[in-house]
Parts: sequence; structure tokens; C-alpha cells
Amino acid sequence: MTPRRQRMVLIGLVLVGVSVAVTFALRAFQENLTYSFTPTEVAEGHTPGRSFRLGGLVLDGSLKREPGSLTVHFLVSDLANEVPVQYTGVLPDLFKEGKGVVVRGRLGANGEFRGEEVIAKHDENYEPPEVTDALAKAKQRAAAQ
Amino acid sequence: MIPEIGQFSLVLALCLALVQATLPLAGAATGRADWMALARPAAAGQFVFIVVAFATLEYAFLNDDFSVLFVAQHSNSALPGFYKFTAAWGGHEGSMLFWITVLAIWTLAVAAGSRSQPEEFASRVLGVLGIVSAGIIAFALFTSNPFIRLAPTPADGNDLNPLLQDPGMIIHPPTLYVGYVGMAVPFAFAVAALLTGRLDKNWAKWTRPWTVAAWIFLTCGITLGSWWSYYELGWGGWWFWDPVENSSFMPWLLATALLHSLAVTERRGIFKSWTVLLAIAAFSLSLLGTFLTRSGVLVSVHAFAADPTRGLFILGLLAAYSGGPLLLYAFRARSLEAEGGFKLVSREAFLLGNNILLVIAAVTVLFGTLAPLIVDALGYGKISVGPPYFDAMFLLPMLPLAVLLGAGMHSIWRTMSGASLLQRLVWPAGVAAALGVTLPLIVYGHASLLTSVASVIGLWVCAASLLDPLRKWVLREGAPLTRAQIGMCLAHFGVGVFILGATYVSTYTVETEVSARPGEHFQVGGYDFLLRGVKPVETANYTGEEGEFEVRKNGRLVTVLASQQRVYKVQQTPTTEAAIDSRIGRDVFVALSKPVGDNAWAARIQVKPLIRFLWLGPLLMALGGIFTVLDRRYRLAMRASTVPSRSAAATGSP
Repeated sequence: MTPRRQRMVLIGLVLVGVSVAVTFALRAFQENLTYSFTPTEVAEGHTPGRSFRLGGLVLDGSLKREPGSLTVHFLVSDLANEVPVQYTGVLPDLFKEGKGVVVRGRLGANGEFRGEEVIAKHDENYEPPEVTDALAKAKQRAAAQ
Repeated sequence: MIPEIGQFSLVLALCLALVQATLPLAGAATGRADWMALARPAAAGQFVFIVVAFATLEYAFLNDDFSVLFVAQHSNSALPGFYKFTAAWGGHEGSMLFWITVLAIWTLAVAAGSRSQPEEFASRVLGVLGIVSAGIIAFALFTSNPFIRLAPTPADGNDLNPLLQDPGMIIHPPTLYVGYVGMAVPFAFAVAALLTGRLDKNWAKWTRPWTVAAWIFLTCGITLGSWWSYYELGWGGWWFWDPVENSSFMPWLLATALLHSLAVTERRGIFKSWTVLLAIAAFSLSLLGTFLTRSGVLVSVHAFAADPTRGLFILGLLAAYSGGPLLLYAFRARSLEAEGGFKLVSREAFLLGNNILLVIAAVTVLFGTLAPLIVDALGYGKISVGPPYFDAMFLLPMLPLAVLLGAGMHSIWRTMSGASLLQRLVWPAGVAAALGVTLPLIVYGHASLLTSVASVIGLWVCAASLLDPLRKWVLREGAPLTRAQIGMCLAHFGVGVFILGATYVSTYTVETEVSARPGEHFQVGGYDFLLRGVKPVETANYTGEEGEFEVRKNGRLVTVLASQQRVYKVQQTPTTEAAIDSRIGRDVFVALSKPVGDNAWAARIQVKPLIRFLWLGPLLMALGGIFTVLDRRYRLAMRASTVPSRSAAATGSP
């Protein structure tokens, strides 16, 4: 194979590979994209039918457990609005009332958010960006009104 | 006083790095031997001062000097001595000093190992390493100084993040850093070749052992990280596509492509541009990883810092260290003429396929990692990209890559007939197909299409890797295998082992979350778990509760697992200590969580088949790398020879 033809084959292979990869990547990307919403946005009904992430604080005193089972109910708040959340499973170590939390799940027909995953954060002092964002947005609105 | 010595040493190291970054390069450009001769002493001096700086930081940690801000933030007098030592790299500032220390070690090794190479070339390599070092030392001094004092001195420190209080801490970050930072060496070789305008087979022969060495550490570091998170984070996952994992994994993918591309450049004098670009890209991704983890733009265990000046500084370094060489490449690309061609069925073609697929994998991982940042920066809200994206996008190039791998190993350089290649591969392909389809069905009774395909491909890679060693050592046919060939077979066998592990773990793991009362039984994955009881535990730095599980199979006691739920005293952080019983064929995993009322405890119970293969495979890859580095031809290339080109030519073809 001459260097010239070799280069053509190379370029051809790269182009084919890249276009296949891009097609699949964009499809996989779209399917696995999860948007984040704040409790206020949920309260106002700006939420999709598919699963999304809800960020905020676990409202103090709102955590209720069905005794002896893994099902819990709590309120996620941005200090302006609250969304009731239900989750069944082992909670992450750093899950605590008054602390930030991010829950992935869907909004149920009764308005309760059904958590599929509670996202664990690894550092006590660290606040998930979704939570910071939610609190900042709620504060801005309060100031504007 | 002692921390000031460290600070002062770091400033001196910066001065020497600046000398190393300028005079040897200028000397090589103008032919001044006295300037070029400065490269090695400057590198050695820099090494000494950096080691002094690092030692003073360790001294401050071991002596509980809480007047040093970094020590006060990351240590505590009650912390066991071992963790005081490892805490030095348990935070942002210390880990940057560690980065610098590791680079100094690599630079010293290159200074010692490059004596047989032309002075002009070696000075350029060391000069480029000096530039890299100067940039990072300046970063540490100006934005992340670990020696800053705190007044008034607090009575005690804030303690080390409990997740980092683990024996894995002594081995995982250092290994990863050595690999990560080691990518600076092939980078420096590539830039030096562009400066010289000469990039030949000898260049590839000098560069390859360094690349393989850095790759070995990177491989081990990533593997250790996976194993560590599996047993330390307490929920049994082994890879999360966390942005921090990705930022060490992308350089690994490119380093893997680079060492295969270097093989072609070394043997055939082609793929030169490609090799150079891969070397630059691999190091740039290492720096990008540093940017992602250090700037605070991402969020995870590893994101110690949230300071925009740091991010901008690293972004500037990244732009300079990848933009500069790319500009140089644009001017010098014409000097990188290929020295020959190849046919469609040849080892070159297979290695080209390897490179393209690995680069595609790296690019898709990069896209998934950066997309949330870009979307956020553009103001379209906060998004996250789920692991299914990465799983799918990673499998897509990797499965064909593994198929090609088996055939590529048995192809020969330049050209060969497709028929002879097929003939060689009929047996391993047949065995792999038969076993790969039937084994999962016999053992587990069910298998999805993807599971069957992946299990066939895994066995195919294993079988193809065993072909040559079997022929030589069992049938006693053919020429003796060189160390490089043994290394290749071992590493590729490791790839096969990993594929099998990943396939079986993902498909056949049985996991459940339960609420367990003492005396209660659970049936999971063919095992019977009994929670015997929960009792309190206490040590110097944590208190907690320990749940004891009896694990039985067919009525026979297999093991007793004791998992703990701990609260660390200083930071009041709860953590889960999983208990794991490991056999080569499976892991039984139990993690006790919090009480859920009514005398019950939340717990995770998992049975994971072949999970050890996930780590055994990469370790075999690393072992294969060690064999390759020890190959005779690199030793000869390394050994002093006044006329390197002639001696290298004589040992060129094993």
C-alpha cells in the first residue's frame, strides 16, 4: 500500500468510526440525560414526565420511617417550597435532616416524588451544586417579590 | 521554623526548574555544550529541594504542627500515625506537592537513563520536563501553598476525611499519581523530537519503556482505586463513571493507544504524527484531569478545592502545555515522513484499528464528562449524564477492539495473507465460541445476547493470548519467546480475564437491600444469611455498631461476616464498613447500615461472581508491561553507547 493510499484508508476508517461513534453517543447521551429541578420548579409544575433529579434540603423533622421497613418519607425543601418524597432502600451514610440531598426519580400521580436513587455525597461539609442552586434561586425570587 | 524550610526549598526548586527549563533548551538550539550540561545537575538539585519540601510537610504532620493550615485542616492528634503520614496527600495543597515530588522522581530517572542518548536530545527532554515542573511548582506556590501558617494555632486539627482513613490510602493515590504524572515523560520526548525535527525508530525505542512504565503505574492505580471504592464506600460498586475516575481513565486509554502506536513507530518507522499527537494528548488529559479535580468545577470525593483562581491557573497551564506543542507540530509535521507502507492485513493495520477504537472510547468518555459542565456554563441548567451512557459508549468500541486484538496478536508486520491468519485462529475462535455460549448457560441457566457475546469475546482474547505460549512451552515448537512477547501475551490475557469478570459481575450479581432483625434469615444468590446480632464497638477515633452475619450454603457454614456502621469522633461522620468474603469465583458482601426502628437494621447483601477477575485482569496487564520494559532490546538501548544509532540498529529486530 502506498503512503498516499494508506492515508486515504486511514482517513476513511477514522471518518466511519467517528460518525458511528457520534451517532451512538448522541443517542445514548439523550437517553441518559437527567435534568435537575428545584422544589419551587416542581411546585410550579415545570417538570418532565420522565425521571429527573430533585435537589434541596431534607426538611428538619420531616423524615418519617415505616417502622421495620426500608421505606421512608421526607420533604425536600428549598426554603420556599417543599416536595414530599418517598424512597425505599438503604439511605446513604450522609443522609440527614437539615442537610442537602439529591434524589433521582419520578413525580407520582398523588404529587409525591418517588425516589429511585438517593445520591450519596462523600463529604459532610460539601453541599451538592443542585442544592446550592435551588436555595439561591428561591432566595432570588423572595427578594424579587 | 521547619515549615519555612519547606517553603524556602520549594522556592529554590522553582529557581532550579526555571534554569532547567531555559538554558538546556537554549544550549541545544545554539549548540552550546556548557548550557546543555546544566540539565542534569539542575534536575538533581531540584529533586533534592523538592524532597526536602515534602519531608518538612511530613514532619509537620507527624509532629501535629497545627500552626500549619494544611495540617490543621487534614489531621488530628488522635489520628493514628500511619494516617498522619498519608494525610500529607489527603488534601488539595499536599497532593499538588506530591504531584511535584513525583515529577521530580521521574525527571531524575530520565536524567539518569538518558545518558546513552545524544546530549542535544537529552537536554531538550529534560528542558521540557523543567518547563512542566516550573509551571506546577508555581501553581503550588502561588495558589495552593501547603506551608501557609495559621494564627492563632488551634488546639487540635480538623481530622482527615474518614473515607481516607484506610490502608488503601498509602498505595492508591501514590500509584495513580506516579502513572498520571509519568505521562509527562513521553510528552517531553515527543516535544523534544519536534524541536529536533528528527523522529525515528530510535526515538520510539527510547520513549517506549518510559511510556510502558508510566502506563503500568496508571493501570495499577486505577485498579487499586476501583478495588478501594468497592470495599470502602460500602455499597459494592466497582466503577462509577465518576468524573474523577474518568479523568484518570481517559489518559489511560490514550496511553494504551500510545504504547501500541509506539510499537509501530519503533518497528516500522510509521505512525509518527499519530504517536506524537497521542503523547501530547495523553499528557494534556492528565492535566485536564488535574484541572477537573482541583478547580472544584466537579463534585465528588476527590474534589478538595473550590477556588476559581486555581482552576484558571491550571487551565492556563493546560492551554500552554497542549497549545505550544501543537503549534510546534504544525510547523514540524512535514519532517515526520513515514518510512514505509503496509497492507490491509498486517500487524500495522490491526494496531491502527486498536488506536482508532481507543481514541473513540476516550473521546466519548471525555464528552460525557464535560457535557454537564458545558451545559451548565451555557446556562441551560444542571444536567447529569448517567452511567448507562458510559456503559454503552464504552462497550461499543471495546468489543470490536477485543475481537481485533485476538487476531492482531497473530498477524505479522507489513503484509500477510488473510487465509493464513484465519487458519491460525480457527481453534481458539472455536473453543471460545463453544465455551462462551455454553458455560454461562450451564452455570446460571440463562444468558442474554450481550452476555453470550461478551463472554465469547473474553474467552477468545484469553485463548488467542495463550496460543503462542502453549505452542512454545507445551508443544516445544518455534523460536523462544522474547520478554516483550511474553509481556504481550500476559497483558492481553489480562484483558480477556477483565472482560470475563466485567461480563459476569454485571450480569449475575445478586444484590438486595433488607431490613433485618437479629435472628432473621435471608436467601440471596444461593446463600443463607443470618443476622446473629448487633453489638456496639469503640476505638480511639470512632464508635459504632457491628452486625454479625452467618453465611451458609446448603446448611454448611461458609463464613461469619462482621460489618460495622461507624461514626468518626472528630468530624462526626458516619461511614459503612462492608464485610466481604472473597474467593476466586465469587465475593459475598454484607454492609450494615442504620437502624430502621422496630429492632431492625437496614443492610445490603450481595453475591458477586468473578469480581476478583476485574482486578486480576488489570494486574496481569501491568505484569505484562513489566515484562515488556525488561525486554533485552530496551536494556541495550539504555546502556551507554557512544554511537546510539548504530547499536540500536544492531539490536533492532529480535
